[in-house]
Amino acid sequence: MIRDVEVLVIGGGPAGLCAAAAAASLGAHVLICERDYVPGGQLVKQTHKFFGSEKQYAGDRGIAIGRRLIEEAHQNPNIEVLTEATVIGIYEDGIVTVFHRNQHIKIRPKRTIITTGASEKFLAFPGNDLPGIYGAGAVQTLMNVAGVKPAEKVLMVGAGNIGLIVSYQLLQAGVEVVGIVEAAPRIGGYLVHASKIRRAGVPILTGHTVKEAYGKDKLEGVIVCKLDEKFQQISGTEQDIPCDTLCLAVGLTPLTELCWQAGCEMAFIRELSGHVPLVDENLETTVPGIYAAGDVSGIEEASSAMVEGRLAGYAAAGSLGYEPEKAHERREAAAAELSELRSGPTGEKILAGLEKTAAKLAARKGEAKGC
Amino acid sequence: MRLSEHPILDFDRGERITFYYNGQEIEGYTEETIAAALHAAGIRRLGHSHELGRPRGLFCAIGNCSSCFMTVDGEPNVRVCVTKVQAGMRVEEQEGKGVIRND
Repeated sequence: MIRDVEVLVIGGGPAGLCAAAAAASLGAHVLICERDYVPGGQLVKQTHKFFGSEKQYAGDRGIAIGRRLIEEAHQNPNIEVLTEATVIGIYEDGIVTVFHRNQHIKIRPKRTIITTGASEKFLAFPGNDLPGIYGAGAVQTLMNVAGVKPAEKVLMVGAGNIGLIVSYQLLQAGVEVVGIVEAAPRIGGYLVHASKIRRAGVPILTGHTVKEAYGKDKLEGVIVCKLDEKFQQISGTEQDIPCDTLCLAVGLTPLTELCWQAGCEMAFIRELSGHVPLVDENLETTVPGIYAAGDVSGIEEASSAMVEGRLAGYAAAGSLGYEPEKAHERREAAAAELSELRSGPTGEKILAGLEKTAAKLAARKGEAKGC
Repeated sequence: MRLSEHPILDFDRGERITFYYNGQEIEGYTEETIAAALHAAGIRRLGHSHELGRPRGLFCAIGNCSSCFMTVDGEPNVRVCVTKVQAGMRVEEQEGKGVIRND
């Protein structure tokens, strides 16, 4: 049996929940497929307060934002949330297959919004497969979702916002953070986070990298060393740091398997942290009816993922004929909100990346016209 | 070790149960994943690599990376980081790639 759905949202994180709420607010019926036991994505583990403006819930903790979005989705009669539901295929005939509690479900959506988020990047060094070497998100999950002390002594890699925030959260959970290693000559994250860490006495070693990790059956220590201005290791600068956990906060990359599978045109855009689907001003991919919003179309912050989700939700519902005028108006408002979010210095990189995707999309359209 | 006090969070772990890790009885809670319960018991090595037999633990904890495959109640390649623990469950370190059951 094939189930017909108006708007299918793949992934119930910040972008997905906002996409569903937006489409449902115009009257569309939405099904959210979420692979986890609960929706909320990574918000459910973010104990820090958000920046941005009031519209993106600035000043609230990620967990509180997540709770509110989940509640709104559950209360909205136009939204159905299917948990433990992993989308495993998007076929040429438009059928989407889902693995749900040991059952295989087939769905025929009129519109699909892919909001699958991102996965954590890894780092190459000898011994990087030892138990005790985790992504920063994994440590957050163990600590903030399961309430398990993830380590006794942690060395963090990466002084971007995630590295700084997770280090602080580790301190809150009573874990010793022996230091933060950062390859770049400067701290990448916001200074407000970095000063909290420094006040707690945690050294931040900029211009350093992990040379190797060692341990017999699990991690026992890490050798770090200095880097020259060309990011080459300087021999003789090695430092042995005993620790039971090495936490990698070296960035995220879009989780785009479903975009590839659906046949969306993709491009590698460095500023967006990996291969991303080319999307137009409505966040629609090159496959008509399939939209992509949030980290899957470029790594940014949860605030912008939420606004992107709303934008795609309005556009998708509007294209189905649900209050087209209102849809257009709200879409415009969301686009303006995004420009505002990206107007600061941290938005420059994203804007540069988006310009590249726009150029590639324009070139593609030009080619199509030519033939 | 489980956190009992946290400045921001309260933890709803569900009901206390026991399960088996390589035959050894371990405490867990129904709202925890297998990986979380094992970590709380101080168990971080979850398996071995196929070729060189190097020890493996979890990496991503959200079901992306497949580093935490274990055999659970006879079923191989279970991602224990996204599978909740149940009373009496038999969780084992997996040897090799595992054989998929045909039932």
